[in-house]
Amino acid sequence: MIPAAFEYVAPASVEEALAALAEHGDDAKIIAGGQSLLPVLRMRLNAPEWVIDLGRIASLRGIRDGGDHLAIGAMTTHHDVGQDPLVHEHALLVSKAITHLADAQVRHRGTFGGALAHADPAGDLGAPALALGSTFVVQGPGGTREVPAEEFFVDLFETAISEDEILTEVRVPKHDGWGAAYEKFVRIAHQWPIVAVAATVRMDGDAIAEARVGLTNMGSTPVRARATEAALSGVPATEEGVAAAAALAAEGTNPPSDLNGDADYRRHLATVLTRRAVLTAAGRG
Amino acid sequence: MTRISLTVDGQQVVDDVEPRMLLVQYLREKLGKTGTVVGCDTSNCGACTVHLDGRSVKSCNVLAVQADGAAVTTIEGLAGDDGTLHPVQEAFRECHGLQCGFCTPGMIMQTVDLLAENPSPSEEAIRLGLEGNLCRCTGYHNIVRAVQHAAGVSAGSTSSAGEGATA
Repeated sequence: MIPAAFEYVAPASVEEALAALAEHGDDAKIIAGGQSLLPVLRMRLNAPEWVIDLGRIASLRGIRDGGDHLAIGAMTTHHDVGQDPLVHEHALLVSKAITHLADAQVRHRGTFGGALAHADPAGDLGAPALALGSTFVVQGPGGTREVPAEEFFVDLFETAISEDEILTEVRVPKHDGWGAAYEKFVRIAHQWPIVAVAATVRMDGDAIAEARVGLTNMGSTPVRARATEAALSGVPATEEGVAAAAALAAEGTNPPSDLNGDADYRRHLATVLTRRAVLTAAGRG
Repeated sequence: MTRISLTVDGQQVVDDVEPRMLLVQYLREKLGKTGTVVGCDTSNCGACTVHLDGRSVKSCNVLAVQADGAAVTTIEGLAGDDGTLHPVQEAFRECHGLQCGFCTPGMIMQTVDLLAENPSPSEEAIRLGLEGNLCRCTGYHNIVRAVQHAAGVSAGSTSSAGEGATA
């Protein structure tokens, strides 16, 4: 399967990319690592007239220590994020999720920003980014703006990035010392999760002081399991204590029904995976 | 048409290509390097795996124009100039790590990448490291053995997984 013909431009800077985007507007599609876009183009589910490749913009790659946060360049590959000692130290949940993301070849090509901008509700990075309270930096003709994770994910494959803007960086607040786990339920290897749970906890002795729980594929966007988070605060990290809080994980969610499972099945999965993820994050898994 | 210049299996090549041309198409149709095969055509099976600047990628999921300026290694570039097989190729032959052989180029290219990152992988690390490569004959058992043979680790080894090899 070959994509429909398109014109191609590979700008050397964000400014050049924005100019190309302004010029071609609706007819253009941005390609980052291309691991989600190329299958779409090959199946001709989309046929843009222009493809704007961000792969030559060096400033969009790399991870920087921003003091209270890590600044992850949008074009940093999953592999590079997953291997980064800073990420492991300050945002362990991201490292954990990436080990479950696709396969080695895709992680070598696919990018952190590209996957998040693609906003597939079954993607593995949305829930961790949301749970960690990340901020998305987008650049447009009028300059840059910062979008909190709560506002970034709008709907299925839809984000707060405007058509004339580009995601340049994701800022992940440091969670030093927090335990983390990503529990992903799949039927076959290297697939999208039917449901996955991203959990990170700060311990105080044997009790959970604070918890953040993000859910993958439990709605049209990644969502926080807020009732569970509230119920975990101050709870002893025991099977019983965590299970009671995890039973609330699907509250307020609107999961899809498909061939992999109906909505009720997903709600059940969310509670089971939340219990496992929180216990593992708390060092009790 | 867009002009691209890259190194493939050690040889410099320059070509004008349509932007929509896939890297695997370029390798096979323009350069005649049919050792790299197209399996699923949906970026699932990994049969088309090559190395792009030293890392494994699925060449059906990369545009040729994206490889401009890069160094590509295919299965055809692994053996020595005198025809001496690469140790991983030799191990797949020695352990009969194939049945029909269609997935073999991708399996070998991914194994070379895996062992570069984790020279002594556990069996679990091997299976996870190859999870992006499908064998339609389901001949995984001997493939894992071949990887262990190439790594010089015996079957049943329990050495811990390298970070990058756990998927």
